[in-house]
Amino acid sequence: MNGIHDMGGMQAMGPIQYEKNEPTFHAPWEGRSLALNLAAAAWRKWNIDAGRHQIELFAPADYLRLSYYEKWIRRLEELLVKTGLVTQAELESGKPAPGSPKATPPLTADKVPSMLRSGGPASRNVPGPSRFKVGQRVRARNINPTGHTRLPRYARGKTGTIHLDHGAYVFPDTNAHFLGEKPQHVYSVRFTTRELWGEQASPLDAVYVDMWDDYLELA
Amino acid sequence: MPPNHDHHDHQDVPSDPTLRVKALESLLVEKGLVDPAALDALIDTYEHKVGPRNGAQVVARAWVDPAYKERLLADATNAIAELGYGGRQGEHMVVVENTPHVHNLVVCTLCSCYPWSVLGLPPVWYKSAPYRSRAVIDPRGVLREFGLDLPPDTEVRVWDSTAELRYLVLPERPAGTEDLSEEQLAALVTRDAMVGVER
Repeated sequence: MNGIHDMGGMQAMGPIQYEKNEPTFHAPWEGRSLALNLAAAAWRKWNIDAGRHQIELFAPADYLRLSYYEKWIRRLEELLVKTGLVTQAELESGKPAPGSPKATPPLTADKVPSMLRSGGPASRNVPGPSRFKVGQRVRARNINPTGHTRLPRYARGKTGTIHLDHGAYVFPDTNAHFLGEKPQHVYSVRFTTRELWGEQASPLDAVYVDMWDDYLELA
Repeated sequence: MPPNHDHHDHQDVPSDPTLRVKALESLLVEKGLVDPAALDALIDTYEHKVGPRNGAQVVARAWVDPAYKERLLADATNAIAELGYGGRQGEHMVVVENTPHVHNLVVCTLCSCYPWSVLGLPPVWYKSAPYRSRAVIDPRGVLREFGLDLPPDTEVRVWDSTAELRYLVLPERPAGTEDLSEEQLAALVTRDAMVGVER
């Protein structure tokens, strides 16, 4: 979707605000927010793409106003209700519905190290050769899906060169909507900054964008 | 040197998120959906165990061991695993090398993708709108805000982390460090250099 999250190329966002010796968390609730998201995700009721998309669905003004971990906490509340782990009434009252059974958490403290060590690899085996070869000229398709996509607006319709074939990965555009993993090759595509931004850009520079096969066509 | 802003765009935390998170945690614990000890373990991991020191060791090893550097540039995920790092948000790694005429810069324009396993959790500025929006359209201007004014004949390569690949910049080994040990070299490597906002 063409949302506020797709920020590449915008110019009115102000100076970069750097904090020296920034702590990992600015307050204890930020750490709890991160940890609650990771622990609740262990129920596997949603995937990483659905989790990203939930934040993209925030109203643009909220997206800009909320801090990072405030977004995470709202996203978690919404996903919990959407997937039925928690009801809206429970969220509002802060209490489990009367008579509701008590579950057993899938992620316990002893499992945290192995969960983090194994992570969630998104690579998949896909038989057959890839459609594009390194060095080939390609164009990013001009698509404007209303759902989740990882094809940034600034690259659509632009022509670049296949720099690397990363192998096959889960396709976020379907996975975010629980429509299957549709694994396909992901390529690093090199776009010159002149191609992306015109004459004002440096003639030497380039932006490399990782792109799924479905985002590309031969140029 | 970073930009000279001592403040940051993270709101001073009002009591609201504190209470909201506390209420959600107590509901989820009471329902048996999360284990509070697991939350403590997760927080402890990212506060104390995983951070830019991991990435600095990877960089220092590449500086002293040419064969390792070759493996790192060819297959970063496995080369980084040799040092014991990997897993969540570092499952698929790519290392890009700075040279006298090439400078690399990493961004995630769509959200906040960052190589947790070697750098820890991303700083606020990396996740902020100003950095995400301008890194691709004006990388040289962004770098100037960090105090890095690159000559026109240096090629800038910006890596937008749009997929599940996570990027780490291999900075150039500083001149005059021939006598330093691997451990001393690792101490010189900064997080910002591994993101590419510093040389």
